Amino acid sequence: MKILVCISHVPDTTSKINFTDNDTKFDTNGVQFVINPNDEFGLTRAMWFKEKQGATVHVVNIGGPETEPTLRKALAIGADEAIRVNMTATDGFSVAKQLANVVKEGGYDLVIGGRESIDYNGGMVPGMLAKLTGTNFVNTCIGLEIEGDKATAIREIDGGKETLKTSLPLVIGGQKGLVEESDLRIPNMRGIMQARTKPLNIKEPIASTGETNTVAFQKPAPKGAVKLVNSVDELVALLHNEAKVI
Amino acid sequence: MSVLVYTESEDGKIKKIALEAVSYAKGIADQMGTSVTAVAINSGDTSELGKYGASKILQVTDDKLNKFNAEGYADVIAQAAKNEDTKVVVVTSSANSKFLAPALAVNLEAGYVPNVVALPESTSPFKVKSNVFTNKAFATTEIKTDRKIIGLGKNSFGLKENQTTATSEAFSPNLDAHDFDMEIVSVDKATDKVTIADAEIVVSGGRGLKGPENWGMIEDLANVLGAATACSKPVSDMGWRPHSEHVGQTGKPVAANLYIAIGISGAIQHLAGINASKVKVVINNDPEAPFFKAADYGIVGDAFEIVPKLTEKLKEFKAQNA
Repeated sequence: MKILVCISHVPDTTSKINFTDNDTKFDTNGVQFVINPNDEFGLTRAMWFKEKQGATVHVVNIGGPETEPTLRKALAIGADEAIRVNMTATDGFSVAKQLANVVKEGGYDLVIGGRESIDYNGGMVPGMLAKLTGTNFVNTCIGLEIEGDKATAIREIDGGKETLKTSLPLVIGGQKGLVEESDLRIPNMRGIMQARTKPLNIKEPIASTGETNTVAFQKPAPKGAVKLVNSVDELVALLHNEAKVI
Repeated sequence: MSVLVYTESEDGKIKKIALEAVSYAKGIADQMGTSVTAVAINSGDTSELGKYGASKILQVTDDKLNKFNAEGYADVIAQAAKNEDTKVVVVTSSANSKFLAPALAVNLEAGYVPNVVALPESTSPFKVKSNVFTNKAFATTEIKTDRKIIGLGKNSFGLKENQTTATSEAFSPNLDAHDFDMEIVSVDKATDKVTIADAEIVVSGGRGLKGPENWGMIEDLANVLGAATACSKPVSDMGWRPHSEHVGQTGKPVAANLYIAIGISGAIQHLAGINASKVKVVINNDPEAPFFKAADYGIVGDAFEIVPKLTEKLKEFKAQNA
């Protein structure tokens, strides 16, 4: 089984979000970048497929050279090979088109993406990739088992979950549940040393245009101070009369 | 040329978020000088759609579509969009809409912006504002394609009545076998509980509750408010509550009218996930808890004393205001 894990290079979850160039660009100054959390759950699930079912695991990112430390981290966790498509991502659709090309050339049985990236929250790349490659797709995937070319996936739905039977090739949009938080791996020294010599192939992008273009960013208006109250009577009165939510 | 809106239903009943989507579609239609067409799949009674501004309802009735399947549903909506020569399609932010929208975008070669929070700033060029960085910022995005797909963020537009005379017509899309490649084996869904996605009020508990045995008071409070229950990440990681209740950056997003956080300190990842909620109440015994900075109302004190009192007070209040 050949697996491709799509890795988004995103600001650490605790980052302060600021913008530069007249609020048109994300300010990366002082920001620590990490593997997108939803992708990291998928990468860990892929490592289990590698260890228990002999799968090969490749990771891919669409981005500039600045994303390579994130790919090296994925290699240190245990992926066999990394691919970087040398392009600054503009929107989800353009990323999906580049990934579709990587998937077609690589002949992957399973492509694992994340439910969404925690920066732009588009949640569209895995679904678009599946449609572009004519592949089965399960979004918000919280469980996946594969036997031969048959797959059983569990999808989180609003208020519950759904079990689906499908077949490879398959694309999933994964999230926590594929593995647990405690299953995530911190690269050890041996992994980090090995990652230095593992292949990180740079591919030039295919010609494509984005369908959307973010023209400006804005931070939410600062919040007023909290109103501290001393009794539940006061709280209920405020929620009813002032906030009008009950 | 009409604005097309996919009106989701569940068990043959149109969902409230679908009515919000119709209200929003009507807003865009007014900006563009056109009307709203709704596409409803096995929806039963659709008479409510006219109340929020739909002029035409495409009724799709097909037993094969009784269970949601993203590929098939996206195919239906795409065919409806082409039939109506639609330039703008509106979907919601439900799990099902987010599942089908990317396939729909590829099918229609349409630019797609999810988590949209307001009517377009302009329709030519087409610019919309959406939530990004998990509620830490907004982006204004231009959609450059001829067809556009808008994923409306939950609870960001609200219901707006706009009584319109709606005509209904049957719509029979061509479904092919590929639309049903995936077999749904089972659906496991609590039918007696309010879901976080649909809830107007969410009551959420954190580590301050000390253990899963203390969740009774969270459930009591949620019951009196008709609210969904939720929890912080450490609580679900420790297995006190199921993952499906975890709200925050890597859990479920919450965009409720009222979010009540009990014994949750307010880590930045948690705040990001719930920040789209309109009114936030914090009950915590630590006055330094970061959540107080993000909240609208707060009580500093012992949750074990305050929560049962609050439940009692709300029962009285509900009885008086019933």
